[in-house]
Amino acid sequence: MLSDLTWTNLALVQVSQKEIALLHKDANDVLMALGDFRLRFRGQDACVIDGVDLSVARGEVLCIVGESGCGKSVTAMALMGLLPSGSAEISSGTLRFDGETVDLTRDRLSSERRGGAMAMIFQEPMTSLNPAFRIGDQIAESVLQHRGGSKEQARDRTLEMLRRVGLPSPEARLRQFPHQLSGGQRQRVMIAMALANDPKLLIADEPTTALDVTIQAQILELIRDLQRERGTGTILITHDLGVVAEIADTVAVMYGGQMVERGPVAQIFDDPQHPYTIGLMESVPRLSGERARLTTIEGSVPSIDKMPEGCRFRTRCAFAVAACAERPALRDVTPGHAAACHFVPLEQHLRVAV
Amino acid sequence: MLSFFLRRLLIAIPTIFLISIFVFGLQKLLPGDPLLVLAGEERDPAVLEFLREKYRLNDPIPVQYMTWAGNALRGDLGISLRTNQPVTELIAQKLPVTLQLAMMSLIFAVVIGVPAGILSAYRKGTMVDWVANVVALSGLSIPNFWLGIMLILLVSVKWQLLPASGYVPPGEDLWLSIKTMLMPAFVLGTALAATLMRHTRSAMLGVLTSDYVRTARAKGLSERKVVLKHAFRNALTPIVTMTALLFGELVAGAVLTEQIFTIPGFGKLVVDAVFNRDYAVVQGIVLVTAVGFIVMNLLADMAYVLLNPRLREA
Repeated sequence: MLSDLTWTNLALVQVSQKEIALLHKDANDVLMALGDFRLRFRGQDACVIDGVDLSVARGEVLCIVGESGCGKSVTAMALMGLLPSGSAEISSGTLRFDGETVDLTRDRLSSERRGGAMAMIFQEPMTSLNPAFRIGDQIAESVLQHRGGSKEQARDRTLEMLRRVGLPSPEARLRQFPHQLSGGQRQRVMIAMALANDPKLLIADEPTTALDVTIQAQILELIRDLQRERGTGTILITHDLGVVAEIADTVAVMYGGQMVERGPVAQIFDDPQHPYTIGLMESVPRLSGERARLTTIEGSVPSIDKMPEGCRFRTRCAFAVAACAERPALRDVTPGHAAACHFVPLEQHLRVAV
Repeated sequence: MLSFFLRRLLIAIPTIFLISIFVFGLQKLLPGDPLLVLAGEERDPAVLEFLREKYRLNDPIPVQYMTWAGNALRGDLGISLRTNQPVTELIAQKLPVTLQLAMMSLIFAVVIGVPAGILSAYRKGTMVDWVANVVALSGLSIPNFWLGIMLILLVSVKWQLLPASGYVPPGEDLWLSIKTMLMPAFVLGTALAATLMRHTRSAMLGVLTSDYVRTARAKGLSERKVVLKHAFRNALTPIVTMTALLFGELVAGAVLTEQIFTIPGFGKLVVDAVFNRDYAVVQGIVLVTAVGFIVMNLLADMAYVLLNPRLREA
């Protein structure tokens, strides 16, 4: 009994130490920072992404959560410099990554970094590999592009990676084509490709959404293991809060192209401040406690041309008042934990209301 | 994969058989009697009967077909009613001329059409795309004979850069042969270049937005590699298939161009044979053309499989 307690306490202490470490992100420790990112698609007035700030420290796992269409993927693509310049118009945004500063309005991440120091895993493993080339060649191509060296070296590295991501009989895989692999295997190949050049930042955009439920856990575990092993800073985009709880150090919640809340994972789960985050947390089914209907957030996300001024959540928010027509700034609740709501910190207001 | 090719070959045999029946039957249905052509002014029934007997036209039609098909299999397509030359020999003389013309047109069409298609797909919606499309549409719309005559007028008559007509075998003088063929090849190739450009464009457009092209970009590859290697490799299948099919059409479509530039090729042979009611020659030409088409189709099928790993490994 006593020892149980001690263990729990110890775990708590460890968590909080890590949190503290993350709170005091040293300027040197910040691996990637995206500042005041705004983007619109051509032909639309409203910004799809409306002023988002993100930062990831070395070795940190940041989870970005939010509904489909809230701009998670677009942000990730913008970081990688993969947005088509024809349709996406970036009106503001500075990317600082590993000593390089990129003005996203005019430039994109240099191709030396793309696929090298910053790599990405996509949502669609079935279509993300080129059907015309062999698996081995596709990974080796990336290795050759960033590390140079001979074809044999690239091949060895490819083999090592295939082995590392747990593909059975990797030698045979080298010569296979994507259509000969299952979805889970293809995603393993994508992971091998992304990690082949030891990236400092790995972006995984819903890497398990398209996969069979039984495979999802394996793939996530693989990403987490490799991330820990190498201390890779990671951005994981997901809408699976279970995954977030398990893997994240920090969480960023997005709604309608705005960042509504961000903070250490424990605080986001235990003390959510933004009404949207609260709604999100309540929509998770729980095994313990009383059985009740799952809470849902009323209404649906307005289309981009119908987005309200100010706080974009106010059309669905139970607490909305006239002041919400003014956009609330991200305000610190505790150091490192911030929410973009006029009522933050929520407890004070609730207490007053009660 | 081998079994696929074998199957394909086996399917080609009944196709050729059917075509041969069609070609043979068509002759029987055509108005006019070859005998009257052969006999000329002679209308003596005895002579006609002699000729009928000589060419075995009194046999039942199936027997006639068997005789004809049997000979054709052995490479004997009969004798020209006009020149008394064996048809096979005539075709063997004229076909290489047209093949050279068709090859040069094809090279021209591929060299112009494919890069233009890639570029206009890559720069979709820009001025480059617009210009490429307008040029392609013009290429499709301008009639061959007009373009040919205008070129002769400008290039040969006015500037005197290239010969206006004729044919020089490549074995005799390769450079002169190519020079003589340059304008006809251009005229014959414009429509093909335009068609290829349109096909390349649409194939590339389909591929350029695909996820694996995004992956290629995410690897940090140069745009050149992304477009020419990762995208184009996947757009290649429809382009190659299309090219193989169009080549057959080129050979058949050379008729007009050969007339304009007075090239003694296959097309001219066809026209002369039709006007002269030279039945054996027409029959032979139609058969050879049809078989050519089937062969090109077969090649297109094979290319399709060879270019597609999914089918190749199966």
